[in-house]
Amino acid sequence: MILELKNITMQFGGVTAIDNLNFGVKSGEIYGLIGPNGAGKTTLFNIVTGNYIQTKGTVIFNHEELSGVKPNEIVLKGIARTFQNIRLFKSMSVLENVLIGFHHQANYTYIESIFRLPRHFSNEKKIKKEAMVILEKFGIADLADTNSSSLSYGNQRKVEIARALATNPRLLLLDEPAAGMNPSETEDLSNIIKKIKTEFGLTILLIEHDMKFVNNMCDKVLVLDYGEQIFEGKPSDAIVDEKVVAAYLGDFEHA
Amino acid sequence: MKIIKLVMLSVAILFVIFAQNNLDPYTVSILNNMAIFGILALSYNLINGVAGQFSLEPNGFVAIGAYVTALLILPASSKIDMFALEDPAPIILAMHTSFFPALLMSGIVAAVLAFILSIPVFRVRGDYLAIVTLGFGFIIRIFAMNQTKYTNGAMGLNDIPGNANLLWTGGIIIVTFIVMLNVIYSKYGRAMKAVRDDEDAATAMGINTFWIKTYAFMTSAFFEGVGGGLMASLLTTISPDQFTFLLTFQLLIIIVLGGLGSMSGTLIGAVLVMGGTEWLRFLDQNMDIFGYNTGAHPGLRMVVFSILLIIMMLFARKGIFGSSELTDIFKRGKQ
Repeated sequence: MILELKNITMQFGGVTAIDNLNFGVKSGEIYGLIGPNGAGKTTLFNIVTGNYIQTKGTVIFNHEELSGVKPNEIVLKGIARTFQNIRLFKSMSVLENVLIGFHHQANYTYIESIFRLPRHFSNEKKIKKEAMVILEKFGIADLADTNSSSLSYGNQRKVEIARALATNPRLLLLDEPAAGMNPSETEDLSNIIKKIKTEFGLTILLIEHDMKFVNNMCDKVLVLDYGEQIFEGKPSDAIVDEKVVAAYLGDFEHA
Repeated sequence: MKIIKLVMLSVAILFVIFAQNNLDPYTVSILNNMAIFGILALSYNLINGVAGQFSLEPNGFVAIGAYVTALLILPASSKIDMFALEDPAPIILAMHTSFFPALLMSGIVAAVLAFILSIPVFRVRGDYLAIVTLGFGFIIRIFAMNQTKYTNGAMGLNDIPGNANLLWTGGIIIVTFIVMLNVIYSKYGRAMKAVRDDEDAATAMGINTFWIKTYAFMTSAFFEGVGGGLMASLLTTISPDQFTFLLTFQLLIIIVLGGLGSMSGTLIGAVLVMGGTEWLRFLDQNMDIFGYNTGAHPGLRMVVFSILLIIMMLFARKGIFGSSELTDIFKRGKQ
């Protein structure tokens, strides 16, 4: 288990967003997190990335407890994320966006950059090369100098994932990666995600509403409804599970 | 690319040396003014334009720099003569250095204060940050007004040795410009821009946004302090009233006009704003328009200047350069 969540409860005032949740993600797995709107999926992401502090329970990543670790430090431990609504650095080029992810791998101090000492140049050269390698994997190397805000939606998604990969993660959290994409873009993206998963040895936890995408991608899914776990298992079993169907379409017996 | 940069650098150095030796004192004083405001605006643009932290404190750091340099280069005897309200504190009498260490000290004191200030200040964002930093500017001025033992209060300091000339101001603005560009085109500069664009996303990339903002703030404060020191030595007299919010406001006009986040734009903004108020001086005097004497209208120049600013902002909302640099424009030409 690379990521384990034990008895996680999250309350906002009187509202319980997540209620006593337990699950674990195995190393190398693509794990899906699905459920209707407001089920607590993004809240769960924010707990894992340290943006929220859970009311109860523990998060264990790589045999290490994550409580009290700040969001920027959690990234250094090997968890990277993307956002539901794409959040690129809009004034920067595609390459610069990816280079931000390499911030901690460029090893020179502030003073060294002011005086332009040799370490500045050697490190910048190194991370630029590595950033181009990542962009090539996503097939957007030719867009490196383009401003990130002028890209198509699909390409902005790719840049966001590329940027997350640049932080050298072991666990990648993708918040609705296929949202707003047409079928061919979705297929393109799922191929890329599968490819980078094996190449970088990643574990992926993703939120998605597109069931075809989930079915195609995930080894295992967890279905949430009103902060409670109602199903865990294979995606093909999820769509025939009574409780899951009830959560999405309503309960037939009581209708 | 490198050759263009070297040519620009040597042209700038040669111009400074030429101007100091050949131009008349009036022109030199305008150039000095441009250079000092250029230094201040360049450093202000780092925190405000590049890192996107809307802060309003530069008048505070400039005041600190000016007082530190003035007190360090004034000889003890003239301090005793000058301090009329209260005898100077022993430490004030004891401190004395030559000009360059005094400037460095101004920068260091300002930077250290910036570090201390950043701990409470960067707990807030946006409008709140502006209010907190505005308060700091007021505190420094009120301190200078009331701590007569250290600052001679509202009477200010005069007879400051006039060590500064165009070689100093011109040299330091060149250094400031290079340092700012070096910061911007490094991983720290990129991180500052990332913080400006989306602070949460920057955190999600593993960037410690507090430290990035503090680096920008300290660098900015250092050069504001140095600029203040130059100002003190150039004017040879300083008083707390010189360092009101209006000073910050002038810098804000320069950087917005030149382009938030663009250092080349800031230089041009400084030349236009500081030069503009001088070049339009003829408007204050008697004028003959088609043989009709309009009489003198003191203050007309500021009216016209403001109208010009409004027109410029209407047509170039992101400033003259936007957020790109002169070198970016060369690059674009090459593509």
